[in-house]
Amino acid sequence: MSFFMEVLLGGLLAGVMYSLVAIGFVLIYKASGVFNFAQGSMVLFAALTFVSLLERGLPFWLSFVISLLSMLLLALLLERLVLRHLVNRPPITLFMATLGLSYVVEGVAQALWGAQVHGLDLGIEDTPLELGGLMLSRFDLFAAGSAGLLVLLLSLLFNKTRIGLSLRAVADDQLAALAVGIRLQRMWVLVWAVAGLVGLVAGLLWGARLGVQFSLSLIVLKALPVLIIGGFTSIGGAIVGGLIVGASEKLAEVYLGPLLSGGIENWFPYVLALLFLLLRPAGLFGERAIERV
Amino acid sequence: MSETVAPLLSLSHISLSFKGVKAVTDIGFDVAEGEICALIGPNGAGKSSLLNVINGVYQPQQGEIRFAGRARRAMQPHEAAVAGIARTFQNIALFKGMSVLDNILTGRNLASRSSWLEQAFRVGRAVADEEAQRAVAEEVIAFLRLQAWRHTPVGQLPYGLQKRVELGRALAARPRLLLLDEPMAGMNREEKREMSQFIREVNQVFGTTIVLIEHDIGVVMELSDHVVVLDYGRKIGDGEPEAVRALPEVIAAYLGQQRH
Amino acid sequence: MFYQESGQFSTRYRQDGRALRLWQQRAALWALLLLAFGLLPFIGNDYWFSAILIPFLVLSLAGLGLNLLTGYAGQLSLGSAAFMAVGAFASYKLQFLLPGLPLLLSFVAGGVVAAAVGVVFGLPSLRIKGFYLLVSTLAAQFFVEWLLTKFAWFSNGNESGVITAPPLLVAGHDFGSPAGRYLLTLSVVLPLFVLAANLVRSSLGRNWMAVRDMDTAAAVIGIPILRTKLLAFAISSFILGVAGSLWAFTYLGTVEPHGFDLSRSFQVLFIIILGGMGSILGNFLGAAFIVLLPIVLSILSGTLLSGVLPAGQLENLQKIIFGVLIILFLIKEPDGLARLWQGWRARARLWPLRF
Repeated sequence: MSFFMEVLLGGLLAGVMYSLVAIGFVLIYKASGVFNFAQGSMVLFAALTFVSLLERGLPFWLSFVISLLSMLLLALLLERLVLRHLVNRPPITLFMATLGLSYVVEGVAQALWGAQVHGLDLGIEDTPLELGGLMLSRFDLFAAGSAGLLVLLLSLLFNKTRIGLSLRAVADDQLAALAVGIRLQRMWVLVWAVAGLVGLVAGLLWGARLGVQFSLSLIVLKALPVLIIGGFTSIGGAIVGGLIVGASEKLAEVYLGPLLSGGIENWFPYVLALLFLLLRPAGLFGERAIERV
Repeated sequence: MSETVAPLLSLSHISLSFKGVKAVTDIGFDVAEGEICALIGPNGAGKSSLLNVINGVYQPQQGEIRFAGRARRAMQPHEAAVAGIARTFQNIALFKGMSVLDNILTGRNLASRSSWLEQAFRVGRAVADEEAQRAVAEEVIAFLRLQAWRHTPVGQLPYGLQKRVELGRALAARPRLLLLDEPMAGMNREEKREMSQFIREVNQVFGTTIVLIEHDIGVVMELSDHVVVLDYGRKIGDGEPEAVRALPEVIAAYLGQQRH
Repeated sequence: MFYQESGQFSTRYRQDGRALRLWQQRAALWALLLLAFGLLPFIGNDYWFSAILIPFLVLSLAGLGLNLLTGYAGQLSLGSAAFMAVGAFASYKLQFLLPGLPLLLSFVAGGVVAAAVGVVFGLPSLRIKGFYLLVSTLAAQFFVEWLLTKFAWFSNGNESGVITAPPLLVAGHDFGSPAGRYLLTLSVVLPLFVLAANLVRSSLGRNWMAVRDMDTAAAVIGIPILRTKLLAFAISSFILGVAGSLWAFTYLGTVEPHGFDLSRSFQVLFIIILGGMGSILGNFLGAAFIVLLPIVLSILSGTLLSGVLPAGQLENLQKIIFGVLIILFLIKEPDGLARLWQGWRARARLWPLRF
């Protein structure tokens, strides 16, 4: 039983990281209606920038600030060069543009900082910690804590500030938001930059775990089933979805994997997401729209 | 209306709600074969919802739909099309990426008898079938005077013409019952006159029964044999145009008098 | 150049429904066919066949497969490579299960198995739409890759899942030489293009486009949505499956499951974005572009940019250029190269006048 609990908790903690990537997705989807496949490359870009600056001898906080500024710059360029020209296009076109974008961001990141694996030490020991008879990873707990803090900050931003009010207005109805004088394009830059911040945090946590390398951009593929389960528009959904995917994936790998000769964590979340979809086509937290004709 | 002939379409006790919000409450009316029936009423009265019930886009919670002698709890869109019900939409629902001809040809899809393998190899029934459907589509194109735009993508046409193409797609199916959701919305006087003319001709030449939604009372009075008035999802009038116009409830609904 | 079409009137619907209405167009097509079958096999060199023409043809076919599903029927898919893999491995395995199975039949059989798998992963499209459908096609992508890697049965006992093409014998003739492999590929690809071109201009093709453009209206005019979508998955997967078999048998000769990974699916998607969604010609244009660009880039970096560009950067540069092109096309010409070609033709038609 305690083995089961350890697997479950380990999975939940890993799920927190999936949630982080998914939250970046949700922010952008809510504010600009873009299904951003490039979220994974943004994670890679942010983490790679950070770790490269660190390796060049910059202090931690300065590297963090510069990485953050580079994400802001990326958001600005993106709005100017891409989004602005694709207003009112079908969602599928926007999605494919982000596919192209992910190629550009990955290409630029690797051209700037190289393709080798960078080790990243955040100063947190990855030693097991005993809590109530269960062995838990100290690092995972730290990661979960940072993610929680980030979500708290985001919800403060959304619910307590003027900017947050504007953002919620944009998410609710773009045209109406325009009509009351909200500058849509500024909001897009802001939300892409915030998604960049979330990406940076996710990148640091993942990078400290697995090394900062190209495969970081592939975690976007883990975030997709998370979104499907939680719904595209709910941050709470992204968190719950991440936890569900993380936990079930680990449990499936441990209990089901041996029967199927292992390695099932690549497709298992997708099958899970499909099952969810068939039962609830708009996700756990999504609203099902009534089609008007 | 003759008493002995069963109506083509008969709705009884239809109620429809969305997440508890009532759109249509206990509505019933008959449409005789060959007539033009107008559904009128203020915005939000439930007219479009009712059309959507008739051809199965929405399934009502209560009631019964009887069409061509067969009673159903609810229609399914495919079932309605097979039974001979065609329609146009309030906000044009054309296939934007396709030409005028192809849009109208999609209206013939139920008449197509060849399998997809025959179509891929252009053998068997596929060749004759394609020509037969094309011939019908061309008749519709000629009837609606759309010849000049046959190969134009519909997305490039002006609004009024798009409405006409949508009518064409519905006509291509040779329907028994044609549902028109605001066929003249957003048109100028000239376009309206033209569209009324087409509708009347469809009714007289092909004998197609028509149920239409229209806001322009002048057009309604001129065109229809039978008027059903809805207000707040309920039926408040049903009869010949002149008789309905005189009903106090109808006047109240239209002039916005105080309700009791 | 109005004179081209002057005097050519369609007097029958059948003539008007032709894919190539003018005799000049048909003559150009015959000339191209003559060139492809009669001349190229004799004048081409091995590099041209193996590095350019064969991958160009196979990728055109893969593009066609995805284009039917995404460009015509409007169902977004990121799992093209999975269906290619199913086709390749099914063709391979069937060679062992049914000894003596003719090569061409094994391609068809591979396609049929891929079609069946395509239908299974297409089933969710009945309840879910748009982006949500990505989940189903990505599930196909990861599941198939995993299955073929983990179970050696599919590669006839090879633990790492590698398969090697059998001798390419058709009716006793060996098509193993580069020119032979080219001819074999061409003879499989072209008929499938003809069939697909027929399909998209007939009732099923119109139903696909109707479902793509507005599925509610399609259902209302009696188009069976379920059947139409599933046929799109089946036929698309069949073509992708045959493309996968060709990829393994006539192009590479040896493949492993990871040769059909997600980046291959992206490659096929890029072909149709660049070439033109909902266009038959576009698949050729997109595939040509995607095959030629890396070659042109590497030649450029070897000559013009030699010394300027560090060795490892070529791949990054290529990625950036692809990404930028995708975005540029989506912004400037969402209908792809095929539309550019049409626009050029329309101007040439009026030349030397401007309007």
